[in-house]
Amino acid sequence: MMIGAEGASSSKKARISENPVSKNRPYFALVVDDDPMIRRIHSMILKSVGFKVEVAENGKEAVDLFRTGAKFHIVFIDMEMPVMDGIEATKAMRAMKVESKIVGVTSRNSETEREVFMQAGLDLCYTKPLTMAKIVPLLEELQKN
Amino acid sequence: MDAVTRLHRQLVDYSNSLFQEGILDNQFGHLQQLQDESNPDFVAEVVNLYFKDSERLLNEITVALDQQNVDFTKVGGHVHQLKGSSSSIGAQRVNNVCTAFRSFCEERNIEGCQQYLQHLKQEYYLVKNKLQTLFQLQQQLLSAGGSIPAYEMSYSILPLIYLTLLQNDHNALPH
Repeated sequence: MMIGAEGASSSKKARISENPVSKNRPYFALVVDDDPMIRRIHSMILKSVGFKVEVAENGKEAVDLFRTGAKFHIVFIDMEMPVMDGIEATKAMRAMKVESKIVGVTSRNSETEREVFMQAGLDLCYTKPLTMAKIVPLLEELQKN
Repeated sequence: MDAVTRLHRQLVDYSNSLFQEGILDNQFGHLQQLQDESNPDFVAEVVNLYFKDSERLLNEITVALDQQNVDFTKVGGHVHQLKGSSSSIGAQRVNNVCTAFRSFCEERNIEGCQQYLQHLKQEYYLVKNKLQTLFQLQQQLLSAGGSIPAYEMSYSILPLIYLTLLQNDHNALPH
């Protein structure tokens, strides 16, 4: 089974943080956001707790990564992006039988909008900013499975 | 008091004032905690990305509000983007103004939008100026041979991470 960036034809290789998690059981995360600043922050937070991280600039790039055989334990995806938004990308990933945990990350506070995003196939929806405190319980959950 | 001690004190006081005045929130502190030897310019890097993107968005909002027929959905989209990046960098006051601005977009209130655009620019340029001053003070301290003090939060997240590991994956911890 191909996991993470190694499974895709990507030259990007995320460094593994010097962290107890990554030394024994590396977890692979995909960060999907059109904002380079958000991608950088989210990647850094995830790396700091031991995830190996790959990034995508829009929903289509994320879907294409899965199509090329990449697999991730968890996907953090923005709702509003050009080319293909988070809702469409989540639907497409679920249609492809992607079993990764998919976490929506949005600055929308409206319950209606968040519900639409959840119904696309999210496991969870967080309001920006993504913080270490929000990631630790997800890591905890991954370790249980 | 020597130069390094004086600059150190000045930097700590200035940094604290940004949090006390609500210009920055704990999210900025989280970013400072992520900076280490392998990523010494992380905070400056993301702040510069924030400046670049914010100025593009402010320009696009200004142009959109100057049109004969204002596309409030487009304006709201730009404000939403700015809100997302502001919250992610910890620019609390900019984030708060974006929240109020968005409600005027939803109401299609042109006067409210124009008023809040000025308010938004004011808060954005304030945080930009303050962050640039913060980085200048850090550079002065480094040039004088000092080291940048770590941002200390009221609680530390690291024990929480290691506690999580300890509870759930004994093999993951170094023996």
